[in-house]
Formats: sequence, C-alpha cells, structure tokens
Amino acid sequence: MKLKIILAASVALACTGEALAQNFNDPAEFKKQREQLSMKPQGPEGKPWAQHLGDGMVDTAKYKKDGPVTLCFSNAGVFNPWRVVGLNNLNAEAELHKDRIKELVVVDAEGKDEKQISDIEALVSGGRCDALIVSPNTTAALTPAVEAACGKLPVIVFDRGVNTQCPVTYIHPVGGYGFGITSGEFIASKLAKGDNVLALRIMPGVDVLETRYSAAKTIFDEAGINVIGSEFTGSDRAKTKSIVEDYINRGEKIEAIWMDAGDTATAALEAFEDAGLPYPVISGEDQQDFLRKWQSEKLTAVGPSYPTYQWRTAIIAALDVLDGKQVPGPEWVLPQPAITEDVLAEFVDERMPPLHYSLCGCQELPGYPERWGGKK
Amino acid sequence: MSSNAISMEPASFNHRKGLPIAAVLAILSAGFFVVIALATGESAQLSLQGIVGLLQRMVALGLVAIGQTFVILVGSIDLSVAALISAVAVLASLLMQGDPAMILPAIIACLGLCLAVGLVNGALVAYGGINPLIATLGTGLIIQGVLAASFADLQGAVARQFQVLAYGGMLGIPYSVLLLALLALAAAFILNKTLFGARIYAVGGNPDGARLAGIHTERLVLAAHVIASLFAGAAGLYLAARLQSGTPWIGRDGIYDLESIAVTVIGGTILAGGKGGVAGTLAGVLLFASLDASFNMLGIDAFLKQVLRGGIVIAAVAIHAVRYKGHVA
Amino acid sequence: MTPIPQVAPLRPSPKLALNAGLVIFVVLYAAIAVVQPNYLEPGLFMNFLRRAAPLLILACGQLYVILTGGFDLSVGAVATLAVLAASILINGDPDATWAVLGTLYLMGIAVGLVNGLVVAFLKVPSIIATLGTMLLVNGLALAWSGGAARGDLPENFRNFGRLVWRDVWLIGSLPLAVVVLCGFVAIAWWGLNGTVYGKRALAVGDNPRAAELAGTPVAATRIIAFVVSSISAVTTGILLGGFSGVSVNAGEGLELQAIAACVVGGAQLLGGRGSIWSAVFGALSLFALFTLLNLMGLPQALRDSIQGAILIVAVGATMWRNRRRI
Repeated sequence: MKLKIILAASVALACTGEALAQNFNDPAEFKKQREQLSMKPQGPEGKPWAQHLGDGMVDTAKYKKDGPVTLCFSNAGVFNPWRVVGLNNLNAEAELHKDRIKELVVVDAEGKDEKQISDIEALVSGGRCDALIVSPNTTAALTPAVEAACGKLPVIVFDRGVNTQCPVTYIHPVGGYGFGITSGEFIASKLAKGDNVLALRIMPGVDVLETRYSAAKTIFDEAGINVIGSEFTGSDRAKTKSIVEDYINRGEKIEAIWMDAGDTATAALEAFEDAGLPYPVISGEDQQDFLRKWQSEKLTAVGPSYPTYQWRTAIIAALDVLDGKQVPGPEWVLPQPAITEDVLAEFVDERMPPLHYSLCGCQELPGYPERWGGKK
Repeated sequence: MSSNAISMEPASFNHRKGLPIAAVLAILSAGFFVVIALATGESAQLSLQGIVGLLQRMVALGLVAIGQTFVILVGSIDLSVAALISAVAVLASLLMQGDPAMILPAIIACLGLCLAVGLVNGALVAYGGINPLIATLGTGLIIQGVLAASFADLQGAVARQFQVLAYGGMLGIPYSVLLLALLALAAAFILNKTLFGARIYAVGGNPDGARLAGIHTERLVLAAHVIASLFAGAAGLYLAARLQSGTPWIGRDGIYDLESIAVTVIGGTILAGGKGGVAGTLAGVLLFASLDASFNMLGIDAFLKQVLRGGIVIAAVAIHAVRYKGHVA
Repeated sequence: MTPIPQVAPLRPSPKLALNAGLVIFVVLYAAIAVVQPNYLEPGLFMNFLRRAAPLLILACGQLYVILTGGFDLSVGAVATLAVLAASILINGDPDATWAVLGTLYLMGIAVGLVNGLVVAFLKVPSIIATLGTMLLVNGLALAWSGGAARGDLPENFRNFGRLVWRDVWLIGSLPLAVVVLCGFVAIAWWGLNGTVYGKRALAVGDNPRAAELAGTPVAATRIIAFVVSSISAVTTGILLGGFSGVSVNAGEGLELQAIAACVVGGAQLLGGRGSIWSAVFGALSLFALFTLLNLMGLPQALRDSIQGAILIVAVGATMWRNRRRI
C-alpha cells in the first residue's frame, strides 16, 4: 500500500522531470564550436596551451602583485585518469615558475560539491592566497562560492564553468559539441547510409558529456546512420566489454563504435577480438593504450580530445593576471586538436602508462615521463 | 548524555570511570585541528570565520547522522539516506524553480516524501521482518534509480531567499549551524528526557524485554525510521540551499550512508542498539570535519587521505569497543 | 542476546536452500531465453558463466563471513588492488605472472587477517572494520598506481578471463574462467561440508556465546572466514583483470552485490543459516537479472530500481516462507 503511494509519487516525479529536461542540443552552440574547430589559434606556435581562439582580452592591471606569490587551487578531485594527468601537468607547470610562485596550495574535494564549497571558503578566509584557481565539480553548485571568492581575490576557472561572469577568465577547450563533431564527422565519412553505430558513453546528465553525444547524434541523423544503441559504461572496462559482447551476441551488425571518452576503447575492441570479428570503425580519445592499438592493428580510427594541457593554462593565466598582463577572456578558448592517422606516430610513446593522455602538452615539462607514471 | 542508556543496560561499559566518549572525542578532534592550524601557520583558521567554516563542514553529515543514531539505537540501520538526500535536493529545486512563493510548499512536499520513505523503510523492517540492511539498501536503490532515470539532466534551482539557510547567519554564526545545534538539542532532549526516548533505548537494548514490558516495539522501530528519513530530508534541504540546485548524485557522492553510520559508531552508539546518543555522534562528525580541514592544511594527497581516514575509522571505534567483553560480528 | 544458549547449531536444510536459489535462477534464465533465444546455446551459456564467475566467486567468499554473522565490505577494494598490483608488478613480463599471483594472494591473506583480527580482538563490528579496510585498501591501491592504470598485463594473465577452449566435447566451448569458478566453488563447498569448519561457522553465527561455551574457537573461526573472503576477492580480481584489463574501478560496488547475492540465495544476514548453494545460486540469479535487464534494453537507472525491488521481495519471500514453516 505504502509502496504504491511511493511508486505513484515517483512516477509523478518522473513525468514532471521529463518535461523539465535540460536541453543539451543547442544548434547555436553547435555552430559556434564547429567554426572554432577550424579557426586559426592566436599565440605562440606549437604551444597550444598558451594559445587561444577569438579576440576577447581582459585587462588585469588591478590584480598586479610583485614578488613571490601563493597560488591556491581548489580541485574537484582526481577521480579519473584525465584528472590525474591534468593535476600532474598543473604541478609541473608550477615548478617551471619556482622563482615567481612561493607556494602552490592544492585542496582536493574528492568529488563532493559541498566539500569544495567549504574548501573554497577556507582558502579565501585563510588569507594566504594571491590568486585562486578553481576546477568546479558541478557548474551550478559552485557558483555561489566562486562569486563570494571573486570579491576577495582574482579567480580563474577551468574545465567546467560556473554560472557567473565574475572570474577573471574561464579556460576551456572548444567543448563537448566540438568533440562530438570531430568524432561524428569521421565516422559518418567512413560509413554508408543505413550502417549501424553503437554509442558508448560514461554516464548521463553531465553537461560536458551530453553535448558530445548530442553533436554526434545530430551528425549521424543527418548522414542517415543508424544509432543502434546508446549505453552507459560508467568508465568500467568489464562493463564496456560485456555491453559490446551482448550486442554482438544478439546478432547485431556493428559497423562503428562511437565513444564519448576513450578510456575503455580498448575494452570495446577486445569484445570484437574475442568474438573473432573484424574491428569496427572507432572514435576513441588520446589515451596511449588506444593509440598503440590503433597503430599496431591498423584501425580505422580517430582520436578527438579534450586536452589535459588546459591544466597548464590555469597556472599560466594565474601568473599573467598577477603580472597585470592582459589575458584572453572572459573565456579563454583553447584549441582542441584531434589525433588522426597522419599524426598518430607522433603521439604514441611506449614509455607512458596505458591511460596517459597524449595531448598533455607535457613532454617538455620537468619530470617527464616519470611524473606521469612513465618509464625513463 | 547517555546516562539514561546506562541505567537501562547491564553494564558492559563503565562510563563513569572516565570522561564520556563524546567529550574525549570532541576534545581530541578540536585539539587536532588547533595543533595542525598552528603547525602549518594557518592561524587564520582559528579565527571566528575559520571555526565557523569548520562547523559548517559538520552540518550535512551531522543532520543525517543524528537521524541515523535513532535507527541504530533501536538496533536497525538505514542505508537509504544517501539516495533520499539526493531525492529531496532534486525535488526542492524542481518545485521551487527559483520562486520564493514555492519555498514552503516545496519544504512540505520534501518532508512528505521523507515521511513516506521512512514509513516504507520502517514497515519493511518492523512489520515485514526484512533485515534492515537489505530493506534500506533496496529502497535506496529504488529511489536512486527513479531519480537517475528521470532527472539526469534536470535544470532547476532553489529560490535565492531559500539559500539564506546555507549562506545567511546572525552574529557571525550561519543559520545552518544554528539549525544543526537546535535539532541536535531537540534530539538529545527526546532521547534523554522523554518516555519515547527511554523506550527507544529499551527496544534497542533488549527487544524481548521491551515487548514483555508492553512496549510496541514495531511502532518504535517504525518511528525511528521516520525520524531518520526526516533528518536525511533536512540534510537534503540544506544541501539544496548550499548548492543552489540538487543533482541526483549529491547523496551518493557524499557517501552519507556509510559515513553517517561510521560517525555514529565512532561516537559510541553500538550497532546492536540500546546504547549511545547524539552527543557522541556529533563528536564523531566533528572528528570527520576536522580531519577534512586538517588534511587540507597539511596538503595531503587525496589517496593517502583515504588510507588515513580508513585507519582512523577503525582505530576510533576500536579504542572504545575493545573494552567490550562480549562478541561482535 | 538470547538468554538460553542453544548448544546445537541449526543445521541448514541443504535441499531447501538449493531449491530456493535454483528456482529463481531457472525462472530468470528462462526469461532471458525468451528475450534472446540463443542464450540456450551451450556457447552463450558458457559465456554467461564466464562473466558471472567473478561475482560467484566473491559471493562464495562473502558467504563464509555471512555465516559467521559478519559482513565484508572490503572485497571490492581488494579486487581492485589485485588488478592494479598485478599490472604494476608484472608490467608486461609473462615470466613474472606466476610469482606475482602468489604475491597477490599473500596481500589478500594479509587484508583478511587484518579484518579478522580487528573484528575478533579489537571488537570492532565487521561492517565498520571492513568499511575502514575498504577505504584503506582502495587508498593504497590508488596511491600506489598514482590514481590511474599503470603497467601492463601479459597474455598469460589475461587468459584467466579471456581464454576459451573451442570444440570441447559435449559443451562446445569451455572458458578457463569457468574452470577456475568450478574449482573455487568445489573448494569452498568442501571447506563448509567436508571439514568441521562449516558447523563451527554456523554455530558462531547463530550464537557466538553458546558456541564459545561449547568449545568452538570463535576468534579463529571468524578470522578464517575473513581470510577466505579476501582470497575470493583476489581470485575475482584476477578474473576481472583477465577479462577486461587494468582499471582503477575494477571492483567498485562488488561488495554489496556479493552480499545481496548470498541473501537472495537464502543465506541469513547476521549468521546462522546458509549453504554454499545460497551463494552460488544467489549470484547466478542476480547476474541473470542484470543480464535480463540489459537485454530488455531498460534505461540503466531503472535497472537499479528493479534490482532494489527484487532484493526486498526475495528477502521478504524468504522471511514469509520461514515464518510459515515455524
């Protein structure tokens, strides 16, 4: 009886929820990012982490501070390999500027919004920080805390954004639509009309991931390619492989695999190996294990990226702001290159661990490759 | 605070020999925070603002844990709180949509949901005879599933005025900290000074005896589950105010289920029920909050932090459990 | 605290336990076959077993702890540790595999001993003690690997999860993982039914005080249960690493699934009732349920809800059956 009430309430909730679903398919944003992908970046040649797309600059003279400074960084967490590589980038970049940075304080929120808010409040009230870098765990949740911090010191946000214009600049690569466009267009170009593609995604509801899928889906629909399934893997290799096996066992023909992140790409490919089938066309990401497999098995593949070098940019931006230099803003859009057949060999590095992100821009940084878990 | 419990229990602990667990734990936790702050030169953390920040870290877990204390005292347990917190936070932002006129209806609806979940949990455990771990794990999964299926890409926000709960305050003390203090006092009063409270201890300490004494043990177990759910709801509302909008994962990401059980047990409430109290639980919450703050000041790496926390949980419970003469499982 | 100690431990009725879990499994597998008829082919059934093997093995280990009245929440973390440690220590060198396997089991036994000693002598309730070791072991594994997969697993290690012998007489194909599974279940069955340990475990779970008075070594019984559970977790980790390779979340969430499996199969939480078949058929049922929900193409999230509901119903049904019998 009571269970019935709850179920009824849940169903009611479910229905209202559907109606209020957020729109992750914004044609204007899709168009903008498509243009940005082909835009020529400004800034130093060969250093994409210091480049930017578009012309907007912000003046930071009022933040100028001489002498050694303390940078504070509130990190959402290191709960996936992308963030692990990124944090190494950030620490290594800071090491390059030893003469300017007195101390780099890093606090980790372990993926908890509430802890990150408290962490930011403690950093601000602690009074030691000259500039604050934030990599928000969730866009909306962190907005009030970042707003409060903006009043006290210069704030730089990267990766996910916040719903306020108060930070000095918000650093991010082109974005989710761009990722989906690169991978979607590649697969569409290799498949015929009516072919099947299986979409493997990490999890629902995360803006930066949802936009990747919506962009790719738009392209598949336009090209008449059939999306036979969209499954969530939770970044779990065993689950990924099982899902693909299930599709194969059902007798579905899979011409291509599209992924919103490449960390389980090799697991998806293994399902084809175990079934004795030829490899499909696949879009992965810039992880080493995927690139190596691509090279050794001569796959038809593409590696779009959400480059981890943006973690370097965060330190560069913070120091530029404290130097009073102009920085790209209010959004600092970084180039978002993709790895293709032609440049594959440049990015394969046998010394690095399987989930190292090749577009880390870290090859010249102190401690490479050991700091990133590589062999000398 | 647990003097009533002691009089009802055949003595296996003797609290009177030393300070109660709650006081020892609170002093140690606060002391640790102060020492680390001084040692790292972060003296600003000892200012009013720093200490308020520390207390604010206690609010969400503190609210859940007070509720958890009630269920554990009757010998049950609630694993569904994390999912319920997410549900409440999502429901609050969904119903308010930034409109201050909807604050009250939203709060009522959220607490209504909690009441329903608490009743289901309580009914399954008390009347269905289903092991509370499985029953509440089950209801938690059901709630989490429905939430994730329907609100994966929700857009909604609580009213600005509602956020005063998390960001406003008087005399430098946030309302949320005052709320926690008030609810903790109320819970302690209920447990120690009312017949209902005495019965809670009786049911947990010796269910057969309580039944023979004419207590409707099932009703008390049901009531405890409802209280736990309502406290989880309060935590969910606070988080919605603090985070502006709820996501279907905030409860799970915060690990409020296992952490609330851990702090309750660290605070001296025993899992078999019948002994313990709110003061100990709050001391346990203070321990977790000061560890969080201190690890930040020390700049300890996230993985090492997890190792230390695991060790501290075991040690904190072992310190008072080891005196226990019987068997535990 | 029962006032009158019952000295004679309750003997489980093995026939009945077998029926309960088996019936649920057969019904669910029949449903799978309706949705996807080729699951009746021996090859796909073997593949089903291969994929269920990690959970089955973990459930068998968990059952030992559940029989003695405890929980082991650390198993998922131990499985993750096994995968990460194997990859770092072997680092692609096939000659190192066997030595490293030994090391993995030593690590597992160490964690099991810590769990057992903390519960038996420090009197920390197992749910808290193993929650602590879960955090600890997970943290150690992540700190060691730096938070992301490192090293490499050679083919002879991957075989534990990937190797399938084709053209086997009668059954068509035989995955190595299924052989490991059968071996593990046989040993686990022998441990409970072929030695004195089974009776002791049931006695300790039913009433530790009474068991102690009857001369049962309560502490040793408990500690062995945790060690067996950790060994099962390492085995699970080896199969998972073999099936799909290194990842930092290989064992995530498996602990609750293993407990749920035992309960669905008819084992009683807090001890006193259950047999190895509770674990085996409970895990098979749970895995068949996951597979069925996958095949039906329900949204992922609702699968959680259905899992929750089934859990409550399964336990509720057992309760109801038991009450009727009394």
